[in-house]
Amino acid sequence: MAANTDDTLALEIRGISKQFGRFPALKDVSLQARDKEFLALLGPSGSGKTTLLRVLAGLEQPDTGEVRFGGEDFLALPVRQRKVGMVFQHYALFRHMTVAQNIAFGLTVRKRSEKPSRAEIKDRVAHLLELVQLEGLEQRFPSQLSGGQRQRVALARALAIEPKMLLLDEPFGALDAQVRRELRRWLRDLHERTGVTTVFVTHDQEEALDLADRVAILKDGQLIQLGQPNEVYEQPATPFVFDFLGQACRMPGLVEGGRLRIADWESEAPKDAPQGAVEVFFRPDEVAFAPADGAGLAAEVTGVAQRGPDVRIDCRIEGQVMELEAHGPTLPPGVAPGLSVRIKPLRPMVYPVA
Amino acid sequence: MMIVGSALAMAGLILMPLVVVFHDAFAEGAGRYLQALTEPDAIAAVKLTLLVAAISVPLNAAFGVAAAWAISKFEFRGKSVLLTLIDLPFSISPVVSGLVWVLLFGAQGWLGPWLLEHDAKVIFAVPGLVLATLLVTFPFVARELIPLMQQQGADEEAAALTLGASGLTTFLRVTLPNIKWALLYGVLLCNARAMGEFGAVSVVSGHIRGLTNTLPLHVEVLYNDYDSVGAFAAASILAGLGIITLVLKTLLEWRVSGGLAGGRKH
Ligand SMILES: Nc1ncnc2c1ncn2[C@@H]1O[C@H](COP(=O)(O)OP(=O)(O)OP(=O)(O)O)[C@@H](O)[C@H]1O
Ligand SMILES: [Mg+2]
Repeated sequence: MAANTDDTLALEIRGISKQFGRFPALKDVSLQARDKEFLALLGPSGSGKTTLLRVLAGLEQPDTGEVRFGGEDFLALPVRQRKVGMVFQHYALFRHMTVAQNIAFGLTVRKRSEKPSRAEIKDRVAHLLELVQLEGLEQRFPSQLSGGQRQRVALARALAIEPKMLLLDEPFGALDAQVRRELRRWLRDLHERTGVTTVFVTHDQEEALDLADRVAILKDGQLIQLGQPNEVYEQPATPFVFDFLGQACRMPGLVEGGRLRIADWESEAPKDAPQGAVEVFFRPDEVAFAPADGAGLAAEVTGVAQRGPDVRIDCRIEGQVMELEAHGPTLPPGVAPGLSVRIKPLRPMVYPVA
Repeated sequence: MMIVGSALAMAGLILMPLVVVFHDAFAEGAGRYLQALTEPDAIAAVKLTLLVAAISVPLNAAFGVAAAWAISKFEFRGKSVLLTLIDLPFSISPVVSGLVWVLLFGAQGWLGPWLLEHDAKVIFAVPGLVLATLLVTFPFVARELIPLMQQQGADEEAAALTLGASGLTTFLRVTLPNIKWALLYGVLLCNARAMGEFGAVSVVSGHIRGLTNTLPLHVEVLYNDYDSVGAFAAASILAGLGIITLVLKTLLEWRVSGGLAGGRKH
C-alpha cells in the first residue's frame, strides 16, 4: 500500500507520556504518520497500545507531549471535535440500537445546522452497509450478530462521520484465524478505497507485518522501533523485537576485528556490529546445512519431523537444543537423525550482551 | 417434601397476614370500610404519603443515577468512601436516620434556634418527613444501578463522544437507555420503601393527626385507639400497594434479566 501514501505528514506525536497513578503506561513516545498511511502499533499485552490510541482520540489526556494532526494542535480539541473514528477493542456498539441506528448515530447527533436530512442519513447508512458487506442486517441488534459482523458494524459506524483518521484497537482480537485473515484482506481493500490515515493496534506480528505500511513496536510504554514491515523484520533493533516478530535462535558470540566468532566457527561480522561479547540471534529457517567437514557450527541432528510444507529439524548445538526449519518437503542433503552436520546462520543479528 | 414444606411456610407467612388485614378491614362490612378510608384524617394521611413519595423518589432517583454514574464511569479519589456512604442507610436503624434530623433541626438541635428565628419548621412538618424518607431510601436506586453500570463499562459512552455527541446527548441517548429497566426497578423499590417507611418518619413526625401522619403512622395511631377496622382499612391500602409493587417488580425482573441475558451474549 506504499503506493497510496504521499509524503505530507498527517499525524505527529511528540514526547507523549502518560501515567496512571504511579504506573507509567506511556514513556516519551514520538512517532509520525503520513497522510493516508496505514500504521500498525504492535506490542505485547499491557505495552500501552490502547492508551496511545485513547490519547489520539482524546479519551485520555497525556501528562506531557504534543499531538498534531494536519498541523492542528489535537490536544487542545475535545474528543467530539477531533473527528476521529475509533473502533474499540470490544467494539462498544450501542446495545440498545439496531445496526442502522448504530451506524447513523454520528450523523444524528450533529448540530441541527449540520445534520443531514433523514433521507440523506438513510442513503449514507445504506452505502456504508454495502461497504462493510452487511446489507440486510440493518434491523438486527448487536447481540444478534457474530463477532466479525459486529466488528464491521463498528467500522461502519466510525466511517459514517467521515473521519480524518481511523483508530482501530485490535479489531480482529476476538475472532478465529480464518475470519481474521479474510477481514484482514477486506480491511486492506477498504483502506485502499477510502484512503483514511489509519492507526491499527494489534499484538499479532503477522497481522502487523502483512497489513501495515509501517509498524511501530511498543514495549512497556516505550516505542522500540518504527519502520516498514521488511525493515523491522530484517533489522530488528533489539533482541526483544527480534523475538517478538518471529521464532528466534540465540547463542553467545564474540566480535573482534570485524570477525564474529560463535563457538568454534568464525565468520565475517555483520556491519555495525558492537565489539566484544554479543548475543547472536537468527531465524530457525534462515540457516544453511553443510556436511560435517564443511564450515559452520558443529551440530548433531537429534530428530526430524514433517510439519505442513516444512520440515522441522531438531539439532543440538553446543549442548543447546534448537528447532530449525527447512522449507520444502525434502530434507537438505546429509541431514538425518543421528548425523553430525554444520549449520551456518545466513543472516545473524548481533546485539551487545545486556 | 422440603420444598413443599417451605413453600407452605412461605405462603402462610406472606398470605396469612394479607388475609388477616383484609378480613379485619371488612369485619364490619364494606360500608364501614369505605367510611374509614374517607374520613378526613385518612385522606390527609394518604395525601401526605403521596406528597412525601412524590418529592423524595424523584430526588433519590436523580441522586442515585448521578452517584452510580460517577462511581462506575470515572476514577476518582474517595470512591470507596462514597460507596460506603451510599450503603450507610442500609446498615443503620431507620430510627437513627430520623433522629439525625431531629438532632440537626429539632428545637434543641444545632440549627433549631436559627430555624425558630426565621419561623421555619422542619421537624414535625413535611420537610422533616421528606428528609427522613430521603435518607432511608437513598441506597435503592444507586445500589440497583452500580453493578449494572460497572459491568457495562464506559466504552459505549467513549464511542458516542468520538462520534461527536455532547456529554448530555451521550447521557440521554446511550447511558440512560442502557439502564432504564434497572432504574425503573430501583425507583419501584425506592417508592415502596418511601411510602411504607415507619421508623425514621415516626421520629420526625410528631404524630399530628391530619397534618404530619403518613399512612403507616396513621395505622399505628388508629390501632392504639382500638379502632381496629380503621387501622386495618388503612393498612389494606399499604398492603394493596405492596401487591402492586410485587407484580410490577416481577414484571421488571423478567425484563431486566432478559436484558442482561441479551447483554451477556456480547
Ligand atoms: N485507566 C487505567 N488505570 C490504571 N492503569 C491503566 C489504565 N488503563 C491502562 N492501564 C495500564 O496501562 C498499561 C497499558 O495498558 P493498555 O490498555 O494501553 O495496554 P495494551 O497494549 O492495549 O494491552 P492489550 O494488548 O492487553 O490490550 C497496562 O499495564 C494497564 O494496566
Ligand atoms: Mg488494548
